[in-house]
Amino acid sequence: MPSDPIHLIELRDIRKTFYLGEVVLPVLKGISLNLAKSELVALTGVSGSGKSTLMNTLGCLDRPSSGEYLLDGTEVTRLSNDERALLRNKKMGFVFQSFNLLSRTTALAQVMLPLLYGRSPISNREAKQRAESMLERVGLADRMDHHPSQLSGGQQQRVALARALINHPPFLLADEPTGNLDSNTTREVLALFKQLNAQDGITILIVTHDPKVAAHCRRVIRMADGLIEADETQTEEVS
Amino acid sequence: MRLLRILLAAVTALRRNVMRSALTTLGIVIGVGAVIAMMEIGNGSSAEIQKTIASMGANTLMIFPGAAASGGVSFGAGSTMTLTPQDSEALLNECPSIRATAPVVRAKNAPVIFGNKNWVPHEILGSTPAFLQVRDWPILEGAAFEDRDVRNAASVCLIGQTLARELFQGQSPIGQEVRLQNVALRVVGLLEKKGANMMGRDQDDLLVAPWTTIKFRISGGTTANIAAAAAAAGTTTTTPRGQLYPGSAQAIYPARSAIQAKNSPMPARMITVDQIIVSATSAAETKEATRQITSLLHDRHHIAEGQVDDFNIRDMAEITKVLSSTTVMMTKLLLVVAMISLIVGGVGIMNIMLVSVTERTKEIGLRMAVGARGIDILRQFLTESVMLCLAGGAMGIALGRGSSYLVSKILHWPTLPSMGAIIASVLVSATVGIIFGYYPAWKASRLDPIEALRYE
Repeated sequence: MPSDPIHLIELRDIRKTFYLGEVVLPVLKGISLNLAKSELVALTGVSGSGKSTLMNTLGCLDRPSSGEYLLDGTEVTRLSNDERALLRNKKMGFVFQSFNLLSRTTALAQVMLPLLYGRSPISNREAKQRAESMLERVGLADRMDHHPSQLSGGQQQRVALARALINHPPFLLADEPTGNLDSNTTREVLALFKQLNAQDGITILIVTHDPKVAAHCRRVIRMADGLIEADETQTEEVS
Repeated sequence: MRLLRILLAAVTALRRNVMRSALTTLGIVIGVGAVIAMMEIGNGSSAEIQKTIASMGANTLMIFPGAAASGGVSFGAGSTMTLTPQDSEALLNECPSIRATAPVVRAKNAPVIFGNKNWVPHEILGSTPAFLQVRDWPILEGAAFEDRDVRNAASVCLIGQTLARELFQGQSPIGQEVRLQNVALRVVGLLEKKGANMMGRDQDDLLVAPWTTIKFRISGGTTANIAAAAAAAGTTTTTPRGQLYPGSAQAIYPARSAIQAKNSPMPARMITVDQIIVSATSAAETKEATRQITSLLHDRHHIAEGQVDDFNIRDMAEITKVLSSTTVMMTKLLLVVAMISLIVGGVGIMNIMLVSVTERTKEIGLRMAVGARGIDILRQFLTESVMLCLAGGAMGIALGRGSSYLVSKILHWPTLPSMGAIIASVLVSATVGIIFGYYPAWKASRLDPIEALRYE
């Protein structure tokens, strides 16, 4: 693996075009972007600006039409579906706006889910221990046996966060993580993000169109019409 | 470890929607239950039908003496006497496929007299107690004569229903004495009604006595002693009771002079019987029994390879054919019913699995996002459907066994537990799970994670 100590993610001239029958729809029109290790970045933009497509590309859920994408030194655009699945398992965590927790499943089982798909099998006891310590870190030590319906929105998002981090990925993608939360829990979850970013050195990309959320991040990338409109590094972020 | 986790995940997923899982399984439960119950009831009926047909004599073999021939002229079956009672005993002792044997001696048709009534029965037979076993003929009243009676040539007999009706007209014949050829025979047993045979002959019109009694007390009507019978004809002497070998009726050869006897002493003549009837252990074993009989009689009669047999064996081929065709048809019928019910159950499973895949699209998307490959998803859904089918199969076995038990207890239908049906249902329900679960599972594994995550 070629080593690149500075950048976790390098995008070079990423383009994505959708073909809807006769209509050709260019969504990403040449995005070049570097994300360093342990950066906390916000990705903003209006609807239709292409930020969801960019996030899917970054999350290895979708392949760009052209361009290069180096993740931790690995070129991922040419990997097969199965290889990308493995990459998602090892190198990324996802947090969604609607939490995407399995119904009628305990918090502990939710967090253990990614371990089910790891290539190096670990024992049940170890999986359980790791999930428990992860839930403790997000402050849910007393909620391990609760189902999603017995948890508040903030707690559900923290379960999702524990699930995303169980494999210790270097990269966390959060898609509108606070979209379904009130302002208090939003602050809690963002604080947790910052803590993980500072303590564990995880690179976090938060996709949001809430300027208040973006204000928490040192670096803010704004997209418009398939291109990066602005890439600003703030000196003063909200704490 | 990995397999265990996959199974656990499947159980968890199924438990998340217990009601739907249970309803899905119902198709298989009923399918397998129906198969098991049908198989057990069907097997029971089939066995019962086979038993009935077998009692008509499907497993009976008859051995006749061979034909004598002189100068190219054959005298037909029974024209020589080659079978002995010892043959009959040896067959029973040495052939494993034979359940019972009985020598048969026939007497010439003659009137049987009781009081002022008389009747000429169709058959007057001499045999051993095993005769009833071979013919599968129970006794209605009284008891069979015994081996001791055969040794003593006791003056006892069993009579059939028709003979009893004609002579006794509703009275009990047991203990009464009838006269046959001037010999008084005590009736010890009344045979059950058997009805006509396949040729329409009344089988109940008969008298059975120990074969020694028929052979030695009552002048037999076989070819070998026709001459003797002719010689004895016209005499009205009554053979006294207790005299074993009434030699006067047995003078087969012209009396020899003392010099002749001295010059060429005659070997002791063997005692022959007219026929040996044999019951094979089952209808299917008749072929093997025939082979064993042939080889044993070759040995006993010193018949070398290539020589003409001095006996011939007949079986009830017609009845056997009916029997086997009935069995085959029964099996086919059960199989068709089984297939239909399992396919219906399988389609039910497929239906629900498809609904389940649609309903859990978001879950599938999430699993893919956290690293599940297509094959992981395929495996998960396949495991779920196979588990549903196996659980359904297990419940179906319980249901089927239960209902067949109830049927046998309440309706008194014959049932026969069938291990084969149970094993087959487990295998078939797993196969149904795989076949009908594959399409939904494949569909799930081909979902696009982005679309799936966005699905509402």
